[in-house]
Amino acid sequence: MNLKNVRELGLKELFSLRSDPVLMLLIVYIFSIAVYSVANGVDYDVDNAAVAVVDEDQSALSRNITAALLPPQFKTPQEIAASDIEAGLDQGDYLFIVSFPPRFEKDVLAGHQPEVQVLVDATAIAQAGNGANYIEQIIQREAINALSPGTQLDDLLPVKTRIRKLFNPNSSSVWFNSLMQVINSITILGVILTGAALIREREHGTVEHLLVMPVTPAEIMLAKIWANSLVILVASVLSLQLVVNWWLDVPVQGSLLLYIFACVLYLFSVTSLGIMLGILTNSMAQFALLLIPIVIIMYLLSGGTTPQESMPVFLQRIMMFSPSTHFVTLAQNILYRGAGLQNVWQELVILAGIGAVFYSIALAKFRKAIVTMG
Amino acid sequence: MTDVAQVQNLTHRYGDTIAADDISLTVPAGVMAGFIGPDGVGKSTLLAIISGTRKIQPGQHSGANQVTVLDGDIGDNAHRRRNQPRIAYMPQGLGKNLYPTLSVAENLNFFGNLFGQDAEERRQRILQLTRATGLDPFLERPAGKLSGGMKQKLGLCCALIHDPDLLILDEPTTGVDPLSRQQFWQLISDIRRQRPQMSVLVATAYMEEAQQFDWLAAMDDGKVIATGTPQSLLQRTAKDTLEEAFIALLPPEKRDGHTGVEVPPINESDAEPAIQASHLTRKFGDFTAVDDVSFEIQRGEIFGFLGSNGCGKTTTMKMLTGLLPFTSGEARLFGQLPEADDLETRKRVGYMSQSFSLYAEISVRRNLELHARLYALGEEKSARRIETVMEEFGLQEVAEQQPASLPLGIRQRLQLAVAVLHDPDILILDEPTSGVDPVARDQFWTHLVDLSRNKGVTIFISTHFMNEAERCDRISLMHAGKVLAVGQPTTLARQRGSDSLEEAFVDYLKEAAGIEENTAPDDAAGELDNPGTEAAAAQPQRRGFNFRRWWAYAWRESLEIQRDPIRLIFALFGPLILMITFGYGITFDVENIRYAIIDHDQSRESRLLTEGLSGSRYFEQQASPASRDDAIEKMRTGKLTLLIEIPPDFGKHFILGWEPELGITIDGAMPFKAETTSGYIQGLLLQELQQISAENALASNVSYPVNVENRFEYNQAFKSVYSIVPGVIMLMLALIPAMMTAVGIVREKETGSIANFYSTPVSRLEFLLGKQAPYVAISFLSYITLLIMATTLFGLPVRGNIFALSLGALMYVTATTGFGMVISTFTKTQVAAIFASVILSVLPAVNFSGLLSPVSSLSGPGYVIGTAFPSSWFQQISIGSFTKGLPLHELWPNYVALGIFILIFTGCAWLGLKKQEA
Repeated sequence: MNLKNVRELGLKELFSLRSDPVLMLLIVYIFSIAVYSVANGVDYDVDNAAVAVVDEDQSALSRNITAALLPPQFKTPQEIAASDIEAGLDQGDYLFIVSFPPRFEKDVLAGHQPEVQVLVDATAIAQAGNGANYIEQIIQREAINALSPGTQLDDLLPVKTRIRKLFNPNSSSVWFNSLMQVINSITILGVILTGAALIREREHGTVEHLLVMPVTPAEIMLAKIWANSLVILVASVLSLQLVVNWWLDVPVQGSLLLYIFACVLYLFSVTSLGIMLGILTNSMAQFALLLIPIVIIMYLLSGGTTPQESMPVFLQRIMMFSPSTHFVTLAQNILYRGAGLQNVWQELVILAGIGAVFYSIALAKFRKAIVTMG
Repeated sequence: MTDVAQVQNLTHRYGDTIAADDISLTVPAGVMAGFIGPDGVGKSTLLAIISGTRKIQPGQHSGANQVTVLDGDIGDNAHRRRNQPRIAYMPQGLGKNLYPTLSVAENLNFFGNLFGQDAEERRQRILQLTRATGLDPFLERPAGKLSGGMKQKLGLCCALIHDPDLLILDEPTTGVDPLSRQQFWQLISDIRRQRPQMSVLVATAYMEEAQQFDWLAAMDDGKVIATGTPQSLLQRTAKDTLEEAFIALLPPEKRDGHTGVEVPPINESDAEPAIQASHLTRKFGDFTAVDDVSFEIQRGEIFGFLGSNGCGKTTTMKMLTGLLPFTSGEARLFGQLPEADDLETRKRVGYMSQSFSLYAEISVRRNLELHARLYALGEEKSARRIETVMEEFGLQEVAEQQPASLPLGIRQRLQLAVAVLHDPDILILDEPTSGVDPVARDQFWTHLVDLSRNKGVTIFISTHFMNEAERCDRISLMHAGKVLAVGQPTTLARQRGSDSLEEAFVDYLKEAAGIEENTAPDDAAGELDNPGTEAAAAQPQRRGFNFRRWWAYAWRESLEIQRDPIRLIFALFGPLILMITFGYGITFDVENIRYAIIDHDQSRESRLLTEGLSGSRYFEQQASPASRDDAIEKMRTGKLTLLIEIPPDFGKHFILGWEPELGITIDGAMPFKAETTSGYIQGLLLQELQQISAENALASNVSYPVNVENRFEYNQAFKSVYSIVPGVIMLMLALIPAMMTAVGIVREKETGSIANFYSTPVSRLEFLLGKQAPYVAISFLSYITLLIMATTLFGLPVRGNIFALSLGALMYVTATTGFGMVISTFTKTQVAAIFASVILSVLPAVNFSGLLSPVSSLSGPGYVIGTAFPSSWFQQISIGSFTKGLPLHELWPNYVALGIFILIFTGCAWLGLKKQEA
């Protein structure tokens, strides 16, 4: 192993990257605008949900409840006729339809506990449950207020509950999404940048040319790993500081240094994965076809989109082989929950181990794959 | 008609590069007209413009850029459309317009269909053409597995299938062995005897061939420097050969410094040979690329390697450099085996591959520096060597430029400079002079001779040029993996009793071919009579949509997909795998929430509460942490999501009705999970406490004023799978069809077979819809497999109308493949097509089509993007049919929308596709 060669070839990678403005632009885009728009746009919370009201009571109470369905969670409710309920849900116009029966207010005041129907389009699984929950609380709150002004919902309960949400007290999804999007960007770029660059060099015969010289496959691979990782690391840390922290105004807690260390290990494993895919496929088209399911699965099932523990156990086991699962856990623990090295060292070891496996497979197949191409 | 083409003041630019510089010329009809000159002087551009496949750029002044072909303005669309069936065009590159996975017969059938021939006519013509060319025994062989010479013959057959009046051949014999070359020209002259009215335009870099033509145009730097018969050019320059005449015709500044190459005799040495190969064999699967090759090369010798493309020259060279391991036999460099990890021997070898293999995107100087460092020359020596080679190879002026922007000749010089940078003892050069002009080739050889004779460098070189081969000390003639003969060029020629090396080589090849295959088509060409269907070909092609031409492309595309099972497997199994992962993996059902209780009370009530919670399927109890701090530490690593703290005296206060306070701490890192957890735990606590109250016969004061009844429509069980699985069908039928179609079309651009679209009468719509049809079929098949998986594995019933769903799917995949067509109009490479289709369809399909959050709750740009893409409309059909149980007539607006998308996408693709190359 000649470290000088690794340095020289890595510097070459950086020069190549610099001469490809489209790629540079893509990197900037994916770490800035993409992070910003996903942080603000994608939402599994109840946000801006379309509500309709069928008000057969037309009382002060029913109107108060309707008025209490407020943004940001709900769009301003539309009043519709009872006959339009079905069509409204079928066409997907409304997620929730609240239906007040006649004499609703009178029955509430008389203590008859009248029934209010909330129809929920349960095909919107991410919003239906929590949304129905919010609507129910709003209805009860307003009804209690009508019965005895100044009384709180909690007063009716046999116990008081004091709920504290740690790490993200306001349940802000911007906070969560922005960081997860940075991680997704690292994954996508780490695999594509190294893998596609390798395939291109294979197609142009430049790697083959290197192998005629006193250069070993390990040197070529390590050069690609360090150069691409460096670029992505710098871009992602900048994104964390400038886009997440400054533009989106999300406080980044936890040890940045520990995160960077974890990120370096993660980059080692995803760039190795990229090289491995670039070695195992024979053309850019095949590489892309293989890449899409791998990246999508790494992205969606890592625990950065929906909770890991809700997945079936066999899938959780399979995802243990994906470096993204471990890095998402690490990043969440370090940046959200303020975990220290003593909490996360096992994950770090696993991450490095997975990377080493990818690296070894790629190294073992490198020479043969390069030479038999074309 | 005395002239077949007139060109007036034609100028054509590619960016800053001028390919044709104010060219005016008149090409006589009914003759063999040759365009001579090295690569990159504008021959191809000129021929492509005459053939009508390349668009003429707007002229600087009136009268400029006028190209008249077959008595009409080729820039005029109507004239071009009328005359396209009379023109045949064979682009440059071996088998460039052929489809490698299709057989010989299938390739010919495809072209026959494009010219509207029926099955019987095609059969006859194919039979006659293949008999004449000797291809008839290979009708079922894939074009990609033919030798270079056979590929070119097949290309010629394809060009001749419709009896053209004007045949345009762009470097048809480059990279073809001399025997095939001879046969090729024989074939052309036979055809011309039978169809004397046919004009043939040929571009070539071989001056020996051009000598046989009737009329020549010599080109240099985008200009025509001379025209006339070969004899008149020789007379004008008073030279003996056309190559010398061409050099004499070059402008003086180019000719300057040109001297013939003198090769002094080699000093015999009896030292150990530099390169030894004995019984060297290399197999790729059941194909033997190099078969039992043996030779020895002395130190300081120039050893030439001759043979057609694909005969094993490159493979042999790669084995010598240690790039490829040998299957059997052995090769030695300085007595050493070229082992992969022997870095020392590699420092003694310089290698130059056939295609440019340096970094095109970093400067010339930096390329040299990189190589100097990789060869560990040391600072002082590398600086000196870089200066020396830059001077020797004339690279100083371009030192800071990127090779990507340099002409081929200079790039080849750079490659040689890099190869000699580290003073190697052996140079292995794979076709270093292909595409380089004669003057530069001679300069190049002067360097080689100097290295060999004065520095004792051993040179192993492969070439197609016979005059270069004659300069070698010894040469080896190779064919189909075997060495036919080794020896001094003059000796080899003498052995065969001929004057020229070329004749000797042809003789050797004939002998080899006679043993291998008895199909030398010597007299066969005589059989080529005009198919009795001349009238049919002369019939003007009907305007409007032609079903046969559409079918030609649809059929061809399906064949190609069939031959590439990897693509097909991915197209069908990829979506199924993703459906499994998504169906099981993406779930908003929050389950198995890890919680722990710290019970400071330990009363009967607190224990009842603890037990009650542990029965829920949503929660999963963890061991009690020692303290709150301990619990939070566990939360930091995600081992705990929920902590419930029961205060001291909880039970006592509860019974007394004092409303004791329970402490609930939730990991808020993942907002969705935190909200759901919070809702669940509050509901569950309430339920458990009511039960405890009831058991204690306490007056229950837990009652709400309103009885809210939630009705979860469509999905009572409230399982994610009911929403995700129909959504995955929507997502998969967006992504994969768009990508496959885009790649299918762009692939033609990348491989060059798009030339067939430019040069044949197929219309834009026939081409697009023909390419699209197989992908619609595959995508619909994919839909059926997804449907089967959704109903069986995931147990999801289609509550609505299955016909309505299938109709929607068919329209949807037609729209998404149409989107792929649109993408193909603005992307040039397959990679770009893949990324563009993924990036452009993932965003609307995943985020704004109702997969994860409903379209009704979108606003602003998200809503616009969502509704402006077919996915959100099909999602309504998919969810509506699967989960909501809606019939066809309630979903009709979605079908209307999908229909509009089909029209818009097809229209955009049609507008974006150009019938001529820009």
